[in-house]
Amino acid sequence: MQCDVCQQKEATVFLTQIVGGKMQKVNLCEACSKDKGVNDPTGFALADLLSGMGAAQEIEKNPASQRCPVCGFTQADFKKTGRLGCSTCYEVFAEGLEGMIRNMHKGPEHVGKAPVAYLRSRQIDQKIKTLQSSLQEAVAAEQYEKAADLRDQIRRIEAGLEA
Amino acid sequence: MKLTEIIENSGEWLKGDGPHRNIVVSSRVRLARNLRSKPFPGWAKKAERIEVLKIVKSAVEQLPEMEDAYTENLEALSPLEKQVLVERHLISREHAAKGVGSGVVMNVNQSLSFMINEEDHLRMQAICCGLQLDKVFSMINQADSELEPMLDFAFHPQLGYLTACPSNVGTGMRASAMLHLPGLVMSDQMNKIINSVNKIGLAVRGLHGEGTEAMGNLFQVSNQTTLGEAEEEIISRLNDVIEKIIEHECNARQLLLQKKPVTLLDQIGRAYGVLSYAHSISSKEALNLLSVIKLGTDLNLFPDENRILVDELFIETQPAHLQKGAHVQKMSADERDTLRASLIRAKLLVVPKPDVAKIATQPLGTTENDE
Ligand SMILES: [Zn+2]
Ligand SMILES: [Zn+2]
Repeated sequence: MQCDVCQQKEATVFLTQIVGGKMQKVNLCEACSKDKGVNDPTGFALADLLSGMGAAQEIEKNPASQRCPVCGFTQADFKKTGRLGCSTCYEVFAEGLEGMIRNMHKGPEHVGKAPVAYLRSRQIDQKIKTLQSSLQEAVAAEQYEKAADLRDQIRRIEAGLEA
Repeated sequence: MKLTEIIENSGEWLKGDGPHRNIVVSSRVRLARNLRSKPFPGWAKKAERIEVLKIVKSAVEQLPEMEDAYTENLEALSPLEKQVLVERHLISREHAAKGVGSGVVMNVNQSLSFMINEEDHLRMQAICCGLQLDKVFSMINQADSELEPMLDFAFHPQLGYLTACPSNVGTGMRASAMLHLPGLVMSDQMNKIINSVNKIGLAVRGLHGEGTEAMGNLFQVSNQTTLGEAEEEIISRLNDVIEKIIEHECNARQLLLQKKPVTLLDQIGRAYGVLSYAHSISSKEALNLLSVIKLGTDLNLFPDENRILVDELFIETQPAHLQKGAHVQKMSADERDTLRASLIRAKLLVVPKPDVAKIATQPLGTTENDE
């Protein structure tokens, strides 16, 4: 039997792990099992290895010529490594990644911690959006004084963002 | 501070105290973070890795909790030193294989460690003794929040924190506990436990050779997914499951005491005998026998004051720890087996032989649950 990782050497270490109700069998050669820290039941490497396997196929939904403008990564590279090139790759290959990520995880959307700066800017975005729609309503209703007031508020917030 | 100080002293997670300490060896939480638009370590060129290392390392060093930390570039460490850190669970095996462009920062009591340019730009972990997932999460979460203003973390509105591998996006968190479950293994219940636990998306694993035997009866329970569930939810689910496993382990030990006391005492006696008198012992055999001694300690057959000594032997009998003790860089497996046996013999001199009269009728010193 061939090693699942290097797909070259003969597998001598056979592992069974149960993940989410499904039994996964992994066959590794001596070198890869050492490399992946298989003999260390406390390492995280194996969990990463198992959940990353099979990831490579899905990304092929993107055209083969597509390249990340920031890091130059292509889907062929992903197929080889099962890892992406940089954070921008997630935008570039979004289409191909979507299904794979959904299959891998509990839900399609992040619901945990977010950087404070991100939360703040999202809050401000929402505030500006609300003000802008009130502004349009005010203009439509020909309430020009109110409209001028709203426009000033928006400008102040935007100026504050730049500062 | 110097690496020698780290190496000379075992970490707080090994020596410390914590809830369910007898069964839960340690609790760990790891967070993965990356800098926006910088190539991930596996894809970056050397110069890019060095640049990221510089940025991230100087930010980590500024953390108040990392005052007087040990900080080093990986190329400055010998293979043996790296291996010692791996055996301590302070860096991963993957990280130990890295050189120029990767680094490590850890605090004095070894409860916090930061791997720079492992698979992600930053992987940081907190580790504590016993079942304290909430505590380790809050420790590492605080460090993350303190780093946030200094480092531009890649964050996506839908996918959360972005990582080199899509299997880590979202929280970027892996929480785990290392459990010592000899009772469940001896009573052939491990498969049943694994099956029931995994139904809710968590993973239990040990090394499955033939049958369900894991080395040293040590198992790790961890979350398997990182997207679609908040950090606190993941941890609370994990906690619930671990409490259940502890309960099953206690019951299994109780049952063994009632139904198979001779087998149990025989195993403990033999483990003590072999470890006390062997002159050559492999790492695997040592771990499995130490596990039985640990169980014997839980059952009052060995004095509780020797508990840390036994726990430390789990680490000290690992290859790199043996070699650094002997101050040699290279050693054959046979030489290590001899050295391991003599180290164990010497340490066990202070541990009196199992006192059968003291055997615990309640198998654990931990508080009984109210079921
Ligand atoms: Zn291989
Ligand atoms: Zn990219």
